[in-house]
Amino acid sequence: MAEKVGVYICHCGSNIAGMVDVEGLARWAGANLEDVTVARDYKFMCSSLGQELIEEDIKKEGLTRVVVGACSPHLHEKTFRKACANAGLNPYLMQMASLREQISWVSSDKDKATEKAKALISGAVRRVIEQEELFASEAPVNPNTLVVGGGVTGIQAALELADAGYHVYLVEREPSIGGHMAQFDKTFPTLDCSACILTPKMSDVGQHESITLLSYAEVEEVTGYVGNFHARIRKRARSVKEADCTGCGVCIEKCPKKVIDDVFEAGLGYRKAIYRPFPQAVPKYPVIDREACTYYLKGTCKACEKFCPTNAIDFEQQDSFLDLDVGNVILATGFDMFDSTRLPQYGYGRLANVFSNLEFERMCNAAGPTDGKVVLRDGVTTPESIAIVHCVGSRDKKHNPYCSAVCCMAALKFGHLAIEKTGAQVYSFYIDMRTPHKNYEEFYDRLLAEGMQFVRGRVAEVTDAARLPGEEGKLIVQSEDTLAGRQRRTPVDMVVLMGALEPRHDARETALKFGISCSMNGWFTERHPKLDPVATMTDGVFIAGVCQGPKDIPDSVAQGAAAAARVMAMITKGTVLIEPVVATIHEENCSGCRICNNLCPYNAITFLEDKGVSYVNAALCKGCGTCVAACPAQAISGAHFSNEQIFSEIEGLLYDAISGNGAGHKVEPAGVPA
Amino acid sequence: MKYSYYPGCSLEKNAASYHESTMAIAGPLGLDFVEVEDWNCCGATEYHALNQTAAYALIARNLAQATKNEGLDTLVAPCSACYLNLRKCDKYMATEPELAGRVSQALAEAGLSYKGGTLHVRHLLDIVYNDVGLETLQAKTTRPLKGLRVAPYYGCMIVRPGFHNGDDDPEYPVTLDRILTALGAELVDFPMKAHCCGGHMTQISEATGFELIRRLIKSADDYEADLIVTICPMCQLNLDGFQGAMNRHFGTSYHIPVLYFTQLIGLALGLAPRDLGVGSEIVSAKEALSKIGAEVEEAEVATPRQRRDDKALPMPGRRGEG
Repeated sequence: MAEKVGVYICHCGSNIAGMVDVEGLARWAGANLEDVTVARDYKFMCSSLGQELIEEDIKKEGLTRVVVGACSPHLHEKTFRKACANAGLNPYLMQMASLREQISWVSSDKDKATEKAKALISGAVRRVIEQEELFASEAPVNPNTLVVGGGVTGIQAALELADAGYHVYLVEREPSIGGHMAQFDKTFPTLDCSACILTPKMSDVGQHESITLLSYAEVEEVTGYVGNFHARIRKRARSVKEADCTGCGVCIEKCPKKVIDDVFEAGLGYRKAIYRPFPQAVPKYPVIDREACTYYLKGTCKACEKFCPTNAIDFEQQDSFLDLDVGNVILATGFDMFDSTRLPQYGYGRLANVFSNLEFERMCNAAGPTDGKVVLRDGVTTPESIAIVHCVGSRDKKHNPYCSAVCCMAALKFGHLAIEKTGAQVYSFYIDMRTPHKNYEEFYDRLLAEGMQFVRGRVAEVTDAARLPGEEGKLIVQSEDTLAGRQRRTPVDMVVLMGALEPRHDARETALKFGISCSMNGWFTERHPKLDPVATMTDGVFIAGVCQGPKDIPDSVAQGAAAAARVMAMITKGTVLIEPVVATIHEENCSGCRICNNLCPYNAITFLEDKGVSYVNAALCKGCGTCVAACPAQAISGAHFSNEQIFSEIEGLLYDAISGNGAGHKVEPAGVPA
Repeated sequence: MKYSYYPGCSLEKNAASYHESTMAIAGPLGLDFVEVEDWNCCGATEYHALNQTAAYALIARNLAQATKNEGLDTLVAPCSACYLNLRKCDKYMATEPELAGRVSQALAEAGLSYKGGTLHVRHLLDIVYNDVGLETLQAKTTRPLKGLRVAPYYGCMIVRPGFHNGDDDPEYPVTLDRILTALGAELVDFPMKAHCCGGHMTQISEATGFELIRRLIKSADDYEADLIVTICPMCQLNLDGFQGAMNRHFGTSYHIPVLYFTQLIGLALGLAPRDLGVGSEIVSAKEALSKIGAEVEEAEVATPRQRRDDKALPMPGRRGEG
């Protein structure tokens, strides 16, 4: 039976019509292409009226296939599939031709563009005739959610879900949740105390009956698919039995071993070998750092065990594993701070009074190593002048090309705190001041009024080589003042480097583990940069906070909540549709060679030992076709991408070449065995 | 390890000790240098501003000559200015078709040709650090430079963006630091290590030139360095040769000897100071080197030839003499 094909050409306003003769194209298709019953053009096919046009034709003309020549299928394939379904046509009998992205937007010759459009429409018509009805299946959604990362973003996401009554497993690598925000003193631009606004949320997490908090833990492995993930969690040995520990802290008090705290105190302070990162830590249970603990190094001490009133210390504790079933995953893994020793010209690690931004945060914090006093490395001297250097490792082709988004505001905050605490003259060396949120520019104005000095120019070097009067014993900041148009040497007592926010050092491994991708710079890639910022290309895996790209606390919190809302929608719906565009292995042809097993980028293929054949899990398969192409026995077929469909499309694309050889001539695919 | 070797003009005269010490350590370190046949001046630092085609043709001729050393695709330059010029020319011959065309035309006049990328131009510091390596240096050290406080000075030529030395950090290089540490020397922090020595500025504007020299000498002195170690003849000339004039200009009395890194390597290998050209420097290193037990025989200072008085009339029979 001959198919009845309807062809619809979209003007997309002038987006397509400006470069392609859309009316002519529709007329041509109706007159010249075999099996085309109806061919129309319309201003906006994606509008309700455009969709109704298609629906009416399906019903009245009895169309059995639809071709839409419009934008990329990435944008409107779903729209037109739905229109077909509304009219009772299987949605997989619709094919789109990308006249906008592949032709009008990238052409400058109207005649050639129209010729190319003819080829694309012809290809789509021949292909759609070979397409088959496909039916999506449904899978249930597990209502539990895995949130990875217990910074403010992860905390927000976990609380939103838990408050809605859904269970959350919150996994945090460090001994306590809180993330970077717990290290800060004040938050810009309101200057409210970071801990005061964060710790209530932290204790909410700790006490919430719907949240299982797994701190000092990491996700080892994730399998499964949207709605039905299985995660294996490694809970590192704390050497403290959580069930028995009351969190009294006697062990910490009695521990004789002091080490530098590189994580929470950013290397500026000390902690014990058995420790809680900070007093308000959640959970309250301490951890023994086995690399520092005297008992693990020398076999004696056990002071903590002797003094523990509840016998909660367990030196023999091993890592334990937990297997969780969850329906969705939210990644909120945050960032690493730029290591400023990578810019040796700024002297960090070499010149004592050059500090990192995290060091300065800890120094300002009343609970920090200096009790909130801003002092030089000697621990006593108050600086009389401070230089804050912006863009250390950001906006720098040699390190990170991007803007870290928060440093300008953090520098203003530092300026305010330094002036308030020391009365010092504070200089900011910036490239551009970036203050684009609510009340941010006003905060900049405030610092201008408070007397912070702003020098627009990237710093060339920070040196202690004095050469002019007044430089002796100071750090000299050499910069080019691009507003005054001259070189400046600014002698100061203290330099603070505003290091970049960088993707976690293991972000790429994490991405691989969860089947998502990273941008060139290493940030997790969202499904759409504007319209779908918290979803990823992997269904059921969401991203939020800085792991997606540099952002401040309000934006991170918003994303955490947004991701939670997306997950709630999935849970409330209860089921997910599983795309039928998948690969199928025909067992009778499979030799069990397993070549396809490792090629699959979605880990969708497993080997069935008992049958000796490979098997595609339809829920995981994205229909990419890698295995179809790789199978040496041609035992795998890709639905919606069969050989017949592809070759017919090619034949259609080459309509003008083939018609010269005689119409109806079948092209034999070369090099593909039958 | 065999290389083409381009000494450059300086190493024939004011930096003869650099050449001498390089040759002296080559054998013990297993380096074999084949000098480029009939090489010429690299044009130093100013020529490029005057006439690009001529300047690059001058350098390209050396590259073309170097390709005649069959089987050797690495060209080593101990002088930083030569190194930078050769590298720039090698790159531009591949990436700047217009300039390369003009230069090739000039070379063709002399029956020569050079294709950018044929040679791998490397500084001697890169060879010693990467090809000889710290382990070999350490193993061959018989007279460790113990107790000698040294300021490692790289100058500004081998740190230029896009042309910097090997895989060293262009902002804050460390390879020379590591070499000197391996030889047993005590390193002082030398924040000015990649700053300019002034180049030929002493000939153009004395005050500017002396100030650039003073910064470096002062910084080394502030850190109580016994000597500055350099890898560039221009730097050595400025810091050593003009140290006295600089002192007079500022009324200071700095005394910081300036030696080549090859001389220190030679001393650590146990070679005699005389064979390394040590003693020919103007600011004497005798006292500094006594710390490591090296006895320096200082070159006899020749009595300066009586300057001819321009106003005097020529003596009979001496006509024609300059």
